[in-house]
Amino acid sequence: MIRLESLTKVFDTKQGAVVAADHINMEVPSGEICILLGPSGCGKTTTLKMINRIVKPTSGKVFINGDDTTGMDTQTLRRNIGYVIQQIGLFPNMTIEENITIVPKLLGWDRAKYRERARELMAMIALEPDAFLKRYPNELSGGQQQRIGVARALAADPPVMLMDEPFGAIDPINRAVIQDEFLKMQQALKKTIMFVSHDIDEAIKMGDRIAVFREGKLVQYASPDDLLADPKDSFVESFLGSDRALKRLNLVKAREIATRDIGTVSPGDSLDKALAMSDEFGYETAILMVNDQQQPAGIVMRSVAQTTKGYCRDHFQNVPAMVGLDDDLRTVVSLMLAHDITWLPCIDDQGRVCGQVTQRALTHHLGSRFRAQQGSPVSTAPISEE
Amino acid sequence: MPIQTMKGALRALILLVIFFIGVWSHSSGLLDDFLFYLPDIQFLMGEHLWLTAVSGGLAILVAIPLGVVLSRPSMARWAESLMQVLNVGTTIPTLAVLALSMSFLGIGTTTAVFGLFVATLLPITRNTYAGLKGVNPALMEAAAGIGMSPTQRLFKVELPNALYVIFAGMRTALAINVGTVPLAFLIGAGGLGELIFTGIDLYDPVMMLAGAIPTALLAIAVDALIAFIAFVVVPRGVNPARA
Repeated sequence: MIRLESLTKVFDTKQGAVVAADHINMEVPSGEICILLGPSGCGKTTTLKMINRIVKPTSGKVFINGDDTTGMDTQTLRRNIGYVIQQIGLFPNMTIEENITIVPKLLGWDRAKYRERARELMAMIALEPDAFLKRYPNELSGGQQQRIGVARALAADPPVMLMDEPFGAIDPINRAVIQDEFLKMQQALKKTIMFVSHDIDEAIKMGDRIAVFREGKLVQYASPDDLLADPKDSFVESFLGSDRALKRLNLVKAREIATRDIGTVSPGDSLDKALAMSDEFGYETAILMVNDQQQPAGIVMRSVAQTTKGYCRDHFQNVPAMVGLDDDLRTVVSLMLAHDITWLPCIDDQGRVCGQVTQRALTHHLGSRFRAQQGSPVSTAPISEE
Repeated sequence: MPIQTMKGALRALILLVIFFIGVWSHSSGLLDDFLFYLPDIQFLMGEHLWLTAVSGGLAILVAIPLGVVLSRPSMARWAESLMQVLNVGTTIPTLAVLALSMSFLGIGTTTAVFGLFVATLLPITRNTYAGLKGVNPALMEAAAGIGMSPTQRLFKVELPNALYVIFAGMRTALAINVGTVPLAFLIGAGGLGELIFTGIDLYDPVMMLAGAIPTALLAIAVDALIAFIAFVVVPRGVNPARA
């Protein structure tokens, strides 16, 4: 846990005093990633660097796991905080192994232990230890170097990490890969992380919480979804961009808006029944047909059911698209647009139909500012997370 | 391939030229005249090297710590103006330095060592300072953020990363030093200058060459020696020669 209490930094410049961070109060719960977001010069980096005293706070306090760090020795404090910077800052005079083991050495680990740790870390960041440990930083690509930078910060297993635009200097394709790898590591490691970024998309992707800064002040501190759904003022709104509703698509899983009230027919049902079911559930073009195991088997077109007599098993077409419960809404929307349809069947891990996602539920979810309080207008309860 | 062949041809040509110079110097009697000075050369070279070793060694011992001190953040206010003083100092010809030091130290070895020391000190200090100041600030921030003490930062990050530049300073300084030692003869400190200046005065080209050629060879040898030490000592990751 990191807690900032009225943390303030005033720089004395020739033009007079500049307040870089103005009474910042915030708390990052253990195991979460908090993104400090804002335009350049907004105080996000200053705030981050006051935590490990690269920038000395003018006033205010920093608590780590409940302990006030004010009285702590600077070196000890820093050795217990992982630090990753945008310029990577690997020491070019040291091998990868020496770079990674530097903090454990400072902490006085014995040789066998820190060498073992180096191999462990390399495995964690998916770089072959034997191929890389003896090499020098200038022999590695930018992406590999920053992986090592992250490994170095993790070396002594600090509970808290500070990351200053860590992936900012890496090309977009590699950046996405490293972000994904990092999130995967974080799921296992559960570090408490403060992460500076000026990239709204990165913030939404990486953050459990986002703190938006402006001119030294913390403007809004919320989860990515709440931030996008309910920007506090016009500054936050314009910073998030006009397509903020679309950005939320990544954050919401199909499970959250899926409902169980899907109407289906089985192969043995008559087309008359299929038509009646379509009317009952309001399907304008087609209804889903499932087999005995509740797995999707096909669709029966409404136009066919209206004009033909017979059984569903003789008059179905292939299912154009379905989504899994853990797919995000971006996938859902993409499938709806690609197939020109307004609803999609949802399938669970076993491939059984367990509900549906409708365009109505989707737009309603994105449109409601406080979905939790107002409840869902869709008649039946959503399939909640277990 | 043609470049390889040309290189080979050039090498053969150079060897041939050297061979004929040897043949000519032997047949003209120059070599015998030259060898006449061999005992002198040996003795004076010893003196020469001693002067270089003492003045250069002292200069290194003083210049590097001085450069380190000047590069510390607490010295930032004074460092630039002090470096300017040193830069102006470098422009004073070594002969003038020797003459100046003679005016208050008298003649003799001490004066020579002192003059050479001053001349050698400046380039090393300058390069040490510049090398340390030139270390990437991101490295310094990373080192601090990781929890290294200022001393650990100096020895584990700053010095290793500035080492190549520091060695470049030592190479220049010691090559200058070796080349300047002959002037020490003028204030009575010995060295190969004895043969050079006496040769000039007596209009004896062989005697002059007996001083000048070993001096030149010594300068080259010292330069090569330091380059070799740098090659071995400077860590591979920051050593352009080993990249």
